[in-house]
Amino acid sequence: MYEQISRNKRRTILLVLFMIVLFVGVGWALAILLGGSGIVGLGIALVVMLFLSFSSYRWGDKLVLASARAKEVTPEEQPRLHNIVEGMAIASGMPKPRVYVVPENAPNAFATGRDPEHSHIAVTQGLLGMMNRVELEGVVAHEMSHIVDRDILLGTIVATLVGVVVLVAEFMLRWFWWGGIGGRRGDDRNGGAAGAIFAIVGIALLVLAPLFAQIVKFAVSRRREYLADAEGAMLTRYPPGLASALKKIAVSPHGMRSANNATAHLWLDQPSRVPGEQMGFMEKLFSTHPPIQDRIRILEEM
Amino acid sequence: MLGIWLIVAAVVIFAIYVVYVFNKLVRTKNRVNNAWSQIDVQLRRRYDLIPNLVETVKGYAAHERELFEEVTQARATGEQAQSVQDQASAENQITSGLRRLIAVAENYPELKANQNFLALQEELTSTESKIAFARQFYNDQVTILNNLIQSFPSNIVAKVFSYQPREFFEIDETAARGPVTTSFS
Repeated sequence: MYEQISRNKRRTILLVLFMIVLFVGVGWALAILLGGSGIVGLGIALVVMLFLSFSSYRWGDKLVLASARAKEVTPEEQPRLHNIVEGMAIASGMPKPRVYVVPENAPNAFATGRDPEHSHIAVTQGLLGMMNRVELEGVVAHEMSHIVDRDILLGTIVATLVGVVVLVAEFMLRWFWWGGIGGRRGDDRNGGAAGAIFAIVGIALLVLAPLFAQIVKFAVSRRREYLADAEGAMLTRYPPGLASALKKIAVSPHGMRSANNATAHLWLDQPSRVPGEQMGFMEKLFSTHPPIQDRIRILEEM
Repeated sequence: MLGIWLIVAAVVIFAIYVVYVFNKLVRTKNRVNNAWSQIDVQLRRRYDLIPNLVETVKGYAAHERELFEEVTQARATGEQAQSVQDQASAENQITSGLRRLIAVAENYPELKANQNFLALQEELTSTESKIAFARQFYNDQVTILNNLIQSFPSNIVAKVFSYQPREFFEIDETAARGPVTTSFS
């Protein structure tokens, strides 16, 4: 556990440094290519990246919660969920995280925040409806373990710093595809030039996407999911609870509308817009979760 | 010359070790105290729930007087308990009494459908499990502390600063885990 905490700290610092160096390099190259001063480009990129890094540390959790459309709930609205979260916080000796519900039918859950004192656990409406007390306890214990191991800060920074780049790439490509060519929206002269720049940046980012996928995978290894499963089982002292929850998740017919590649690694299980095992190209590229059947098997062998 | 340096190095390493063990002892002791106060909070929560529950069940099953008295009595004993052991034995009584109280409700369909009773049941179930989790965390921390105090060489540091091993919060497994007995009187 302590090993995992220091590994996470090391990786967080490495990741932020890498992203800063990468983007300062890009800023410098871009400035020179456009015939400007390299130093100015470098300076602007540095300031922007420092600001972005700080923001994703400070407000990343808010962004992640908002992107999942998670709503905070009171103990009066969700007594059972609050009681279970409080129980797991007691079992792990941590302060009680804030509790959120995500309006999705797919059963899933995630944890975010920068440290145990600023932590959040969100579960979907579908999970609440589908799981009994022991199963819900297993799921919350898994998320609590991510908080104990400090996986949440690294996961949140990956989501907001790396993930946002991926989202922007996808957005630009789509914009280029539907609005850019031929200027279907009418505004030809400006649309054409802006569209071309958007397309170039979009394609460049798309080419870089596998690199970013590798960064995400390096940062959030599959091992930590197995680790959180095992530690969660240690908290509840009842591995079949989480195993049974994962089984229900594996056969759930619901897709998740707010699923995206930026935050996928934060969820209990890989969220998908379409249910089932088939994944799109990008989803497969960014797949960060171990196969759910393996996780169930390991839990059942405990 | 080398000899002096070796002695200096040994003294420095020894000092670092003592500081390390001392800090670890303080940290663990604080965690044990904190865990104990967490158990206390949850036990108090349960004390507060008992009169409510007894009143609600009374409304439907007035003749289960013996059981009500038993639970109320156990609660009073629990509130006055001083040592960890007394507390634990009083809690075992409360747990088994409450289980029987809930089981009695099975015989009264109207009570089982009562909204107030259902809310109390959820509160009671979760408080019971919070007590269990708090106890689990407390006992884990006590194990760590006792290991430090009893194993060599950290026991020397513990002895110098007069640290005492702590008591586990033990429950009567048969009372807590055994089947619920329902009386059909």
